[in-house]
Amino acid sequence: MGKISRRTMLGATGGLIAGGLLKTQADALTVAPETAGPQVAQADPTKILGAPTSQLGERAPGEQPRRVMGNPAVAASSRTPLEQLRGIITPADLHFERHHAGVPAIDPDRYELLIHGMVDRPMTFSLADLKRFPAESRIGFVECSGNGGAAYSRNAAQDRSPSQIDGLLSTSEWTGVALSTLLREVGLSSDATWLLAEGGDAAVMSRSIPVEKALDDAMIAYGQNGEAIRPAQGYPARLHLPGWEGNAQVKWIRRLEASDRPSMTREETSKYTDPLADGTARQFSLVMDAKSTITFPTFPYQLPDTGWWEIRGLAWSGRGRITRVDITTDGGNTWVPAQLQDTVLSKCATRFRHIWNWDGDPALLMSRATDETGYVQPDLETLMAARGPGTSYHYNSIRPWRVESDGRVFFGPRDGA
Amino acid sequence: MTRRRQSLLAVMTLASFGCTPPDMSNQGGVAAASVAAEWPASFSIGQNASSAQIAAINIDFGPDGEGAPLGSGSVAEGRAVYDTRCSVCHGATGTEGPNDRLVGRIPDDAFPFGEARGTRRTIGNYWPYATTIFDYVNRAMPMTAPGSLTANEVYAVAAYILFLNEIVPENAVMNAQTLPAVVMPAQNRFVRDNREGGAEVR
Repeated sequence: MGKISRRTMLGATGGLIAGGLLKTQADALTVAPETAGPQVAQADPTKILGAPTSQLGERAPGEQPRRVMGNPAVAASSRTPLEQLRGIITPADLHFERHHAGVPAIDPDRYELLIHGMVDRPMTFSLADLKRFPAESRIGFVECSGNGGAAYSRNAAQDRSPSQIDGLLSTSEWTGVALSTLLREVGLSSDATWLLAEGGDAAVMSRSIPVEKALDDAMIAYGQNGEAIRPAQGYPARLHLPGWEGNAQVKWIRRLEASDRPSMTREETSKYTDPLADGTARQFSLVMDAKSTITFPTFPYQLPDTGWWEIRGLAWSGRGRITRVDITTDGGNTWVPAQLQDTVLSKCATRFRHIWNWDGDPALLMSRATDETGYVQPDLETLMAARGPGTSYHYNSIRPWRVESDGRVFFGPRDGA
Repeated sequence: MTRRRQSLLAVMTLASFGCTPPDMSNQGGVAAASVAAEWPASFSIGQNASSAQIAAINIDFGPDGEGAPLGSGSVAEGRAVYDTRCSVCHGATGTEGPNDRLVGRIPDDAFPFGEARGTRRTIGNYWPYATTIFDYVNRAMPMTAPGSLTANEVYAVAAYILFLNEIVPENAVMNAQTLPAVVMPAQNRFVRDNREGGAEVR
């Protein structure tokens, strides 16, 4: 028997349940905890005293979403299962991961953030110090700028789910201290234009951040969805840069150095630069342009029946609010506005929905986001024309989802499976 | 007033007569109640950092050479370090993998990476600054023993990788002066982001 929860043990030994049920619960205990929760559904729950309270809640046995894993030896990333989630918030344990040298184990009592360089007073801040400053919260997405690379091809694989394509996207409520508050405390020089942000992981991962962003809406975050940031998201504290590429939002942040030039770290030269068709490479392409994807119906789902189905998805922009999402079910011949879930937040995932009466014919579903700057999510050909077919990062083109007559759904516009 | 303008205003007015806190309703929609209380010039939270504290983790080494540590290393010394510490992941000559390919030039130093997928980016054909080799190796390599190389060893490895890429001669020695002086083939290929929202797709 594997590890069982305290609640399960109490339930199984409490003498409150009939013999037949005991057997059922005993059976459940033999199931690996990874695949089944502790409480077994009852034939008639109104006739059985329910489980007691517990110190830590658990998901329903049949609701066990998992991150989508890459090959750990090659790509240190895991993806949020977008198609299994409902609103805009990503449960913290399902937030995507991208690490450059694993997840460090940092002692919160020894943690310090150093701010130095072009400042009047170089200072260190303990975790308790950071929490003592005036706090703020904001709900915002974090997206890896390499997210969606699988879609940037005219021959993209069709047996791909939203999480396999765009699962390096998560949304959380982040709580922390405004970076501008800390920079005020250390007396940032008016000549400083860049901040080198450095993590305390084994890669000592570092990125140069424009001071303009640092003073605008950057945050040193220590809270995620109401609790401490998870180790995989930067415990005990990380940089949050609303709307900017995830890599720049340095996790496990240990140092900020004010300067008047970028440091030209590996992650802003060799990586996270976007080669263009004109023989240049775009650098410090930090903002995530507007993007959307349908999350239902999508591969590997098969619509079991014709009739009314709600097309659902997520839209987000690093430049502000999503102002509209248009939906097509006929491959782009006609577009209609989707319903946006209130409240639409700036630099945050927005849930959209569109009710659709499927007649059983093949259909090509797409969503197209527009943000408050007037930017309209481009189709693949438009993006390729602007960037070139070999560019990397910032793959925000329209995602087509093809419904076949048998109800199966595939990624991409092509015929056949 | 936007958050940015208010923050800048706060910074500008701080020195003379205190300031107001930033706008907490930074995500807008419906503005939250504004914070009325005046902030003090300083919260007196945090500790002054000593020079020794800063020096202990101030490891970055940028293109201007500022922050470059003392030390030096030759191509020959770098070959020895590379063979024992690097080649298992990057291959005997920096081209074999399995991890990132470090070595390779493109004829006429062309830069075809945006034209089609699949062109391998190496230090020789893509990296714009030689100092990044030191900065990155020093902070993150070898992956299974980060921070274990001496400054001399990192300079030496940089010299060897630059030699393999036919950027420095076999008798080169890298140090705080010579490494920032190396001009990489792709240095002038990098341009600042020109995306700015609005209708145009870039």
